[in-house]
Amino acid sequence: MTDLSSTSVAVSLPSSLHSLIEVENAAVVLGGRTIWQNVQLTVQQGEFLAILGPNGAGKSTLLKALLGLLPLAAGTITVLGHPARRGNAAIGYVPQRRHFEADVHVRGRSIVRLGLDGGQWGFPLPFIQRRQARMAAARVQEAIDLVGATAYADRSIGELSGGEQQRLLIAQALITSPQILVLDEPLDSLDLRNQQGVAGVIRQVSRETGAAVLIVAHDINPLLAAVDRVVYVAHGQVEVGTPQAVITTETLSRLYNTPIEVLRARDGCIVVVGQPEEEISYHAHRAR
Amino acid sequence: MLIVRAEMLPFSWNLIMDIQMLLHYHFMQNAYVAGTLVALMAGMMGYFMVLRGQSFAGHSLANVGFVGATGAVLFGISPIIGLFIAGICAALGIHILNLTTRQSRQSDIASGVILSASLASGFLFIHLATAEYAANILNVLFGNVLGISDIDVSIILWSTLLLISVLAVIARPLFFASLDPAVAAARRVPVRLLSFGYLVLLALEVAVAVQVVGVLLIFALLVTPAAIAQHLTSRPMVALVLAIVLALLFMSLGLTIGYITPYPVGFFITTCAFGTYVCVRVGRFISKRLARTRFTVSTETKIGRIS
Ligand SMILES: Nc1ncnc2c1ncn2[C@@H]1O[C@H](COP(=O)(O)OP(=O)(O)O)[C@@H](O)[C@H]1O
Ligand SMILES: [Mg+2]
Repeated sequence: MTDLSSTSVAVSLPSSLHSLIEVENAAVVLGGRTIWQNVQLTVQQGEFLAILGPNGAGKSTLLKALLGLLPLAAGTITVLGHPARRGNAAIGYVPQRRHFEADVHVRGRSIVRLGLDGGQWGFPLPFIQRRQARMAAARVQEAIDLVGATAYADRSIGELSGGEQQRLLIAQALITSPQILVLDEPLDSLDLRNQQGVAGVIRQVSRETGAAVLIVAHDINPLLAAVDRVVYVAHGQVEVGTPQAVITTETLSRLYNTPIEVLRARDGCIVVVGQPEEEISYHAHRAR
Repeated sequence: MLIVRAEMLPFSWNLIMDIQMLLHYHFMQNAYVAGTLVALMAGMMGYFMVLRGQSFAGHSLANVGFVGATGAVLFGISPIIGLFIAGICAALGIHILNLTTRQSRQSDIASGVILSASLASGFLFIHLATAEYAANILNVLFGNVLGISDIDVSIILWSTLLLISVLAVIARPLFFASLDPAVAAARRVPVRLLSFGYLVLLALEVAVAVQVVGVLLIFALLVTPAAIAQHLTSRPMVALVLAIVLALLFMSLGLTIGYITPYPVGFFITTCAFGTYVCVRVGRFISKRLARTRFTVSTETKIGRIS
């Protein structure tokens, strides 16, 4: 409870004072292979970053490095003025999906609650610490309201659709009022309507809470309205800039090392043409 | 045992008399105390077992008790010690085999490997042990609830206290790690340590439970109450309490029916559990069907009214 107040103080600091995340010349080596190197990235307060790139390029690895879950082979990552470390409550994390199987009979509300105190040792005794239990329940409800999951928060999570599960997991990540929200392919394996629904929720959350959002996506189009900058990860390199600057014929052709054409539809949708075979599924709704 | 049974008092419809009569014999008192404690532990551990999708690991650990018990006889150590050593070794084996794989679902393969290896050594141990021991095999497999000594009771009591206190400390992180290992790990929850700790607790529960219900039937007491509870509610605390209550209920029903009939206790425990499970599943199915028909009917009437 106490760190909540300190977070809200930090949120109100002018953004020019410090950036939330600073990545300096970072490199990660996994299993003897350099996933990416020479990564430079600065994230300001309230920024909305989309992380794009083909499968296996190292997008999830980038998020894990920010979360302090992976050691760096070179460079530094600073989060809120400190080296990246595991268990930082200032970062809300939704990992790459995990679907809850149909036989998980635990209500969504309890899953959201895990984000608040799921890691604490000792057994909670709600009938003794009444006030604390009430406050916790209120925060859970607040997070559930924020993502619009009230209608199904008390149903078994295994019975819910992918989009509903995803909303509850975002609520779980939000419950500590993090300054940074890190989402790994939250729109993956959702149908188009749900993609837009969940993307809308994320946009709204970033507006209402002022949290910086780093979101890995396969398709930038549902996010285009919200995205400030794009982080493009491909073939060991990372390119950062506005969508207009990065998703261009020249930059992508250089990253992929093969001719690629970027088209912009009249409604602003981006269509990428001519990607290598195995990465073709990538900008998912080009056919739209 | 048969001699004792011959002079047992008859069962009546006077409940207080019946309870007095049930607890009249010291071996029956021991059976109730030991059975209650074992069921208490089984309810709790079973809840997490079902939650973690580790039923097969639990099944394997229970059956590893077979090698523990036969090995104990062969090497002349106390059965509970033998059971616990075997359980810890198996837990360690399952855990280490799982470390190399990244997926949790792989745990079935590790459990299967450990299970078959231990059953094979148990078979060897029986072969090496004296022939008279062969008669005891049934007790290992199905328990001997009426032959529990005072020392056994106190061992079970201390084990229960230990298990409950450890579980009370780790319950919440274990719940987190069971449902959502990736996020739990990012939150500094020691996911792997917890998963090993859970297996060790399971080994402890199996070690003390084998005397009461045997290696084959302990699994029923672990998995069935928890499975029923999770079908009835999706609130974790309620489900945990319900699993414990059901385990206690099946145990006492089994003991009582087993006492007034000449058939084994383990059979009745398992049958009560299985019967309830089937009823709950059928009940859920019917209520879902009813809800669906009611929904269709109500939409039909609405449509009818509109047109
Ligand atoms: N623990 C690991 N050991 C070795 N290689 C790994 C490990 N984790 C991921 N990799 C490899 O790192 C690369 C990047 O993975 P990832 O960041 O998950 O890609 P994506 O961009 O699809 O999220 C992949 O080629 C993957 O095989
Ligand atoms: Mg990934």
